[in-house]
Amino acid sequence: MTQMTYMEALRDGMRQAMKSDPNVFLAGEDVGAFGGCFGQTKGLYEEFGPKRVVDTPISETAIMGLATGAAAVGLRPIVEIMFVDFMGVCMDELFNNAAKMHYMFGGKTAVPLVVRAPCGAGFSAAAQHSQSLDAWFAHVPGIKVVAPGTPADAKGLMLAAVRDNNPVVYLEHKCLFGMTGEVPDGDWEVPLGKAEIKRHGRDVTIVTWSAMLGKSLEAAEILAADGIEAEVLDIRTITPLDTEAILESVGRTGRAVIVHEEVRTGGFGGEIAALIAERGFDLLDAPIRRVTAPDTPVPFSPVLEALFIPQAADIVRTVKELF
Amino acid sequence: MKVNSERLLGMYRNMLRIRLFENKAIELFASQKVPGFVHLYIGEEAIAVGVCACLTDRDYITSTHRGHGHLIAKGGRLDLMMAELYGRASGYCHGKGGSMHIADSDLGILGANGIVGAGMPIAGGAAFACRYRGTDSVAVAFFGDGASNRGTFHEALNLASTFKLPAVFVCENNLYGISNRQSHHMNVNDVSDRARAYGIPGVTVDGNDVVAVWEAASEAVDRARRGDGPTLLEYKTWRQRGHFEGDPATYKDAAEQKAWLARDPLPRLETQLQEFGFADAAAIAAIRAEVEAEIEAAVRFAEASPQPTARDLLIDVFAA
Ligand SMILES: Cc1ncc(C[n+]2csc(CCOP(=O)(O)OP(=O)(O)O)c2C)c(N)n1
Ligand SMILES: [Mg+2]
Repeated sequence: MTQMTYMEALRDGMRQAMKSDPNVFLAGEDVGAFGGCFGQTKGLYEEFGPKRVVDTPISETAIMGLATGAAAVGLRPIVEIMFVDFMGVCMDELFNNAAKMHYMFGGKTAVPLVVRAPCGAGFSAAAQHSQSLDAWFAHVPGIKVVAPGTPADAKGLMLAAVRDNNPVVYLEHKCLFGMTGEVPDGDWEVPLGKAEIKRHGRDVTIVTWSAMLGKSLEAAEILAADGIEAEVLDIRTITPLDTEAILESVGRTGRAVIVHEEVRTGGFGGEIAALIAERGFDLLDAPIRRVTAPDTPVPFSPVLEALFIPQAADIVRTVKELF
Repeated sequence: MKVNSERLLGMYRNMLRIRLFENKAIELFASQKVPGFVHLYIGEEAIAVGVCACLTDRDYITSTHRGHGHLIAKGGRLDLMMAELYGRASGYCHGKGGSMHIADSDLGILGANGIVGAGMPIAGGAAFACRYRGTDSVAVAFFGDGASNRGTFHEALNLASTFKLPAVFVCENNLYGISNRQSHHMNVNDVSDRARAYGIPGVTVDGNDVVAVWEAASEAVDRARRGDGPTLLEYKTWRQRGHFEGDPATYKDAAEQKAWLARDPLPRLETQLQEFGFADAAAIAAIRAEVEAEIEAAVRFAEASPQPTARDLLIDVFAA
C-alpha cells in the first residue's frame, strides 16, 4: 500500500497498464510533455516516449475515431477527452461505432478502448466544462462506464478498464484529483461491475458514486451523531451495474437514497430507483429518494455552483425525511 | 477607405481598453476575486479591434474561450463584463456564464464559447439569417489555429462557400493550441492555405499590425456584404500569457517570446500614431488615463454588485 492522490493513482493505473502490455498507448490533447490539462499524465511522456504518449490536434472526432480503429485492429488505446463536456464532439464515433461494432458484426470485432474524461463541477468552470453526463454513456448498450470515487478505485478501475475487451468510459472527477488515500502497489485491478460498501450501516442505504461518495460519507457521519446508521454503497461501475449489491444492501436496511451529481431528469439515479422498485419493492420501509443536482446547466458563480452541487446537508435532510 | 486619425485613435483606445481590462483581470484572478478559467488575449488585441472596426451593431460575431477582446472590440460594456467575471448578478449573464461565456445580443455578440471550434458553424447560421432577411449584415467567426483542426472548421467553410454566405472566418494564429505548437498539430504553415479546399479566398496577414488587420478585414467584410461569399483571414500573432491564467507556459521558447514582445501591437500603434501625426505622447497619455478610470469604475461596479441568489439558479433554463 502507498499513500497517494487520486490523480497519482489514476496515472499509476495507466503506467502499469502500459508497462504490462506494449499494445497500450495514450493519446489526447496536451497529454504529452505538458502532462495533461490538470497534470494527470505528467511523466508518462518521459517514461514511454512519443510513440506511446501522443499529443493530438484539437480533433475529438479524429481522436475517438483513432481509438476505435486502433482498438478494432488489436491495440488498446487510452484516449483523453479533456473535459467530458467535449464528448459531444465525438459521440458518433463512440456510440454509433465503438459501442456497436461487436454486436453489429456478429461478435467478431472487439473494441477494447478506454476514453478518460474529467467530469464534474466545483471549479467555477461553468456550463461547458463542469457537467456530469454519466447516464448518457450508460444509456448505450455496448459501452461500460466507470466512475471512481477513491484513489484505490481510480487505479484499480483503470487497469481493469484497459484490459476489458469493450469500450469503457472512465469518468475521473476533477474535484477528486487531490484526494489522498491508500492504494495497493503494483498490478492491481478492481473488477468492473462490482460495487463496494464504503461504510456499513443498518438503517438506510445511500447508493452513490464518484465525488458524491465523499459527500455521502460526510452525511453518514452527521447522521450517526443523530443515531441513524447509514450504509454507503459505492457502485463504482455505472454499467454494468452491480444490481445484486444494491438489492442486498437495501434488503438489510429497508431504505434507499440515491445520490448523484448529474442533473435529476434522466440521471442514472432514476435507473437505480427503478431497479429497487421493480425488484426490491417488498424490501422497502420507506419511499426511494434521490439527491441530485437540479435540472439546470452548471452555473459559473461560486455561490450558484455550491447550490447546484448536492451537499452533505441535502443528503442528511433527505435521509431524515425517511424516519 | 483609408485609415484616418479618428478611426485609428478609436482603434487605439479599444486596444488599450482590452489590454488594461485584462491586466486588471490578471490581478483579480491572482487575488481570487475572479474565479474559474481566465484566458487572456494580451498581445492579440489588434485582431479583434481591426476586424470589429469594419462591423456595426447589426453585424454578428462568434467568439471563443479567449473572448474579452472580441467583446470589447464589438462594443461590450466593461462594467457588465467585469461584474460577470466576478460572477455577480449585475453581470452580462447574471453570473451564470463567467469569463468564458459572455454574450450581448443587442450588439450582435453571439457569445464567447468554451467549446473550441463551436463558433464557426454558428456564424454560418447567423450569416444565413442575414441573407434570408435580405439585409447586408455579415457574420464573423473568430477562432484559433488549434480550432482550425476541428471538423466544424471544415464543415462550416464548405457550407458557407457553397451557399455563398456573408461570413468572414478569422483565424487568430497565435502558433499554439495550449501547449501544442502549430507545427506539431498541422502540416501547413498557413491556415489560410485551407481556404483553397473550399474555393474561397484565404489571406495571411500580420495580426499585430492593426492597420493591416483592418485593411484585410475591410476587404473581406465588403466582399461578404456584396454577396460574393466568405473569406478566410489568418492573422499571425502571439499569446503573451499562458494558455489560461495559472499556466506558466514553460513550453514556449524564451527567445521567441522576446521577439514577439518586441512586436507587441500596442507600442507599435503608439509609434504609428505619432509618425502619422495623429497623436503626440500627451494625447496618448490622456487616452490611457481615461481608459484606466473606466477600468477602475468597472471594478467598483462589480464589487458593489450583489451576488446571485438561489432563485437565479433555477431561472432562464427555458425561454418564456
Ligand atoms: C472541443 C474542445 N476541445 C478541447 C478544448 C480544450 N481547449 C480549450 S482552449 C484549447 C486550445 C485552443 O487553441 P486555439 O484554437 O489555437 O486557440 P487559442 O487558445 O490559442 O487562442 C483547448 C484544446 C475545448 N475547450 N473544446
Ligand atoms: Mg492558438
